[in-house]
Parts: sequence; structure tokens; C-alpha cells
Amino acid sequence: MSIEGADLIKAAAFLGAGIAMGLGAIGPGVGEGMVAAKACEAIGKNPKEAGLLTRTMLVGQAVAESTGIYSLVVALLLLFVV
Amino acid sequence: MDLLASGQMAAFFSSGICIGLGAIGAAIGEGYTAAIANQAISRSPERSGDILKNMLVGQAVAESASIFALVIAILLLFMDVSGNGGALKSAALLGAGLSMGFGAMGAGIGAGFPGGQACLGISRQPQATSALTTNMLIGSAVCQTPAIFSMVVALMLVFINLGQMPAAPGWAALLGAGLSTGLAAIGSGYGGGLAAGASCEGIARQPKTVGQVTTTMLVGQAVAQTPSIFGLLVSFILMFKSFEASSALAPAMGLLSAGICMGLGGIGPGIGNGMAAEAAARWVARNVGKSDVLMRLMLVGQAVSQSTAIYAMVVSLVLIFVV
Repeated sequence: MSIEGADLIKAAAFLGAGIAMGLGAIGPGVGEGMVAAKACEAIGKNPKEAGLLTRTMLVGQAVAESTGIYSLVVALLLLFVV
Repeated sequence: MDLLASGQMAAFFSSGICIGLGAIGAAIGEGYTAAIANQAISRSPERSGDILKNMLVGQAVAESASIFALVIAILLLFMDVSGNGGALKSAALLGAGLSMGFGAMGAGIGAGFPGGQACLGISRQPQATSALTTNMLIGSAVCQTPAIFSMVVALMLVFINLGQMPAAPGWAALLGAGLSTGLAAIGSGYGGGLAAGASCEGIARQPKTVGQVTTTMLVGQAVAQTPSIFGLLVSFILMFKSFEASSALAPAMGLLSAGICMGLGGIGPGIGNGMAAEAAARWVARNVGKSDVLMRLMLVGQAVSQSTAIYAMVVSLVLIFVV
């Protein structure tokens, strides 16, 4: 296998993109699940506020999502720009 | 290095990894079941017979993930690789061990939760014993699906026909295929177990709600399985797509990275979806009149939590097909 400078850089960028998106997806997945779990609990306790709770859940999840989107952006930058 | 020897080396190494990793999950899960069974017996010692029986049945199901790993490990130990060694075969065998080893982790831990909660439930509501055992069996059986996906991929990697595949970057595709399904199965197995445990707890609290609680559990578990199905999809693409032979490092790293990306990316959403399903099943039992609202909220929450698994799949597919 012949490994030269440009090839090595590309290989590292590909590996980096996969690891960035893979590890970056763990946190938001677990965090957003926690939000959904607590929202279910809250609706079970107080079903009258279902609309408000759903909205709060979605806003909270959207914020938790941001780090996943950072990972996606970094992965795409590594794939197409670097 | 002698290529024939390298195939045999990979088989032995992979066999060790397979059963080493594969033993972790089931042992933790069964320990949890036994721990909660002790708690249950101390609450109501007069029902120790039923509880012990239920504990053993629950542990037997949790054991199955590590038995799959044992089967693959023994297969790898005794298979004949002398005739068809080489780098490609070595990579396929290593991928098989990684897939099954990681894949058994989540399912083993997850299947322990319903076992334990069913034991505790029997001490609380002895008249619901059969409903609890049935629900435990359904829940822990669904937990095993990611481990079964991993076993399917492991068996395919062991027996795959490598005739047309170029050694480079084929080795990376086969290793990536194993990692993708194996790692993604961790989250789905664990998450499915959370949902099953909470449903047993809920039935023990309100035995009349068993229908709605089991339905919520199954829907929640089904959604929690999706990340492992994405993992399986990426594995199949990596195994069966034809690649151009290339001695450069970058194409190989791209394929390996696609497997790692989907595998790791599936862990979090699997656990998160399981958490949402856990809470939904628990609260459907307590507030069964609102089961439709809870189910809807659970599905919306799970869909959002799923998004990062979808990002991971997109990056994997870009790595395989675009760059």
C-alpha cells in the first residue's frame, strides 16, 4: 500500500468525519430522550398542560440538538472542504 | 507475514474479542435481575418460589445474547481458515467478532430490567404473576433483536464469498460492516430493556392496564430498534457494494469510518428512545385515560431524539457513495 501526503490527509479527514459524527450523535440522542421521558412523566401527572409541555419539550430538545448539528457541520466540512 | 497464518490469527483473536465483549452485558443484566429478585423476596418471603422461578426465566432470556456470542466465538475457534486466508478473510473474521461482541452488550443489560421488575411486581401483586411473566418474556425477547441483527451480520461475515472483492479497500468495508451493526446494537438493546422494565413495573402497579401498557412498550421498543436497523443497513451496503480496487489509504478509511460513524451514532438515540418509551409505559399504567396523549408525545420525542442517528446515517452514506 502506497501512502503519500495528500492521501494520508484525506484518509485522516474521512476517519475524523466518521468519528466526529458518530461520537457527536451519542449525547444529543441520550439527552433528548431524557427530555422526552420527563415530558411524558409531566403529562402523566398533569395532562391538562399537554400543549405547553409538548412545546417546552420541543424547545428543550432543539437546544440539545445543537451539538449534534455542530458534529454534522464539522463532519461535512471534513468531507467536502478540508 | 505468512498470509495463511494471518487468517488463523484473526480467527482466534476475533473469537476472544467476541466472547469477551459479549459476556459483559448478559452478566450485568442477570445480576440486576437477581438483585431485584432478592429485594422482592425480602418484601414477601412467602412468594419466594414464584419469584425465584420468574428470576430464572428472566435470566435465561437475558443469557441468550451471550449465548449468541459464544456460538460465534466457537465457530471462529474451530473453523478451517487454512484454505482461504489473506487480508480480506482476516478482516471479515475480525468484523464478525466485533459485531457479535459489541452487539450482545446492550441486549444483555437491557433484558435484565424486565426480569428484575417482574420479580418485584410479583411480590407486590401476586395475582398478576402470569401477566407479569408474559409481559417480561415479550419485552425481553424484543430486547434481543439487536443482538440477533449482530449475529446475522457476524454469520454473513464468517461465510461471505470474497471472490470478487478487492483486498483494498475491501478489508475496511468488512471491518466497518461489523462495527456498524455491533456498536449500533448497544443503544437499541439497552433502550428496549428500559421500556420493558418500566412496563413490568407499571403492570404490577395497575394490573388492569396490561393491554395499553404492553402496546406502549412494543411501540416504544420498535422505535428504539430503528438505530440498530440503520446500522444493519449500512453493514449490508458495506458488505455487498462493489468497490474499485485502490491501493490508496483514503478510500479504505472512508469505508471504515462509515461503519464507525453509524455504529457510534446509533448508541445515543437508541438509549434516548428507550428512555422516552420507559417513561411513557410507566405513566400509561398510572394514568391510563391519557394513554393516547402519552403515546403521541412519546413518538414526537423519540422522533426528535432519532435525528442524530439519521445525521450519522447520512454521513455514513456520504462516506460510502459520494467521497
